[in-house]
Amino acid sequence: MAMTGVLRPGHAQVRVLDLEESVRFYRDVLGLVETGRDAQGRVYFKCWDERDHHSYVIRESDRAGIDFFGFRVLNKAELDRLEADLNAYGLATERIPAGEMLETGERVRFTLPSGHAMELYAEKTKVGNGIPLINPAPWSLQREHGIGPVRLDHALLYGPNVAEVQKIFTEVLGFYLVERVLTPDGNANAAVWLSCGQKVHDIAFAEYPEPGKLHHCSFLMESWDQVLRAGDIMSMNTVPVDIGPTRHGVTRGCTIYAWDPSGNRFETFFGGHLPYPDYETLTWTFDNFGQGLDYPQRKLHETFLTVVS
Amino acid sequence: MKAMDKNEQPAEETRMPHTVTIEDTGERYTCAGEESLLSAMARLGRRGIPVGCRGGGCGVCKVEILRGEFDTRAMSRDHVDDADRAAGRLLACRVYPASDLSLKVVGKLQKSVCRTDRQVTPVTR
Repeated sequence: MAMTGVLRPGHAQVRVLDLEESVRFYRDVLGLVETGRDAQGRVYFKCWDERDHHSYVIRESDRAGIDFFGFRVLNKAELDRLEADLNAYGLATERIPAGEMLETGERVRFTLPSGHAMELYAEKTKVGNGIPLINPAPWSLQREHGIGPVRLDHALLYGPNVAEVQKIFTEVLGFYLVERVLTPDGNANAAVWLSCGQKVHDIAFAEYPEPGKLHHCSFLMESWDQVLRAGDIMSMNTVPVDIGPTRHGVTRGCTIYAWDPSGNRFETFFGGHLPYPDYETLTWTFDNFGQGLDYPQRKLHETFLTVVS
Repeated sequence: MKAMDKNEQPAEETRMPHTVTIEDTGERYTCAGEESLLSAMARLGRRGIPVGCRGGGCGVCKVEILRGEFDTRAMSRDHVDDADRAAGRLLACRVYPASDLSLKVVGKLQKSVCRTDRQVTPVTR
């Protein structure tokens, strides 16, 4: 597959209630690499195997939740093209100047009908993963600190107007619909899983009455064993776990959902099937959502539907 | 890190077990001062207050403290504003008892996927 346009999730900025408590959690329990702090007080992290300067940013606030989610695009020409396409579709955009976020070029920001701020950008400093580009080792010691995920994988966001959001991603941004859960009446989608490459999802949305809500940011693990190890580390550190370890029916991914110290859910995720853009969408009826969420237990956990930040 | 609320108890008091009463159901359980009202309830397998993120972010465990002394930790203003604080309407995951305490449940697992255009019966268990 030739990848152009939107390449991958690039960053999430999440609000926390106590900055230093959250830094200790993300750095020492989740095992992200702290890469910088800025004049606004934001703290920047990356996963050990990510090469760009940061993928996860936290800032202290009096409310939890997500500020924005950003995607890396191929280059500046693609950034200009995608912005023009968004504008032609009828979405307003704004340009955030280069440097507003550390080591990051100009960002194009727009707001979805679900109330979520999205960003596209083409430039972020490549700081590397600590492994040489010539004759690289398969991993570095950074992997062994805390849970140690490989990368920021995707996010699930809750808000209204999912049908309109889906159209923007598929008709303007070049994503395709990998899986969906139907509403109870079967006439619409309750939740959609969208991919811009060959990952089983790069972003997902679920229909929810309140706009702009975060369900979770997901971090990729290298194996099911690493997901179980993540569960051990969560319990050692009394991290509140929501669901799992288990396997989703939707995506086939292995998972634990848990919460950061401010009640922002995160996921340690492994696996999933590998779709192509020509594949037919997989559909789950609402009465089978339980299997979609938790395949072994076949249980539609109430917190999955109701607890967001 | 704890903000002192309505309470100036010495530190050793935090290890004393206190009795928490959920007035809605009459459920009683013990909770020491270093544990939140919500996590003590959940750890003992008791029910009554909806359990969500346990970090002050999601708001489903909102309770109104009717009697008793307590400390609090930071919780999201999306769910607890100044009027709530003044009235003792707080998130149970961020309230630490400093005396015996009674509460009623006001949190609701009300908003949910696909429940966009109809009233939902509050689920408070």
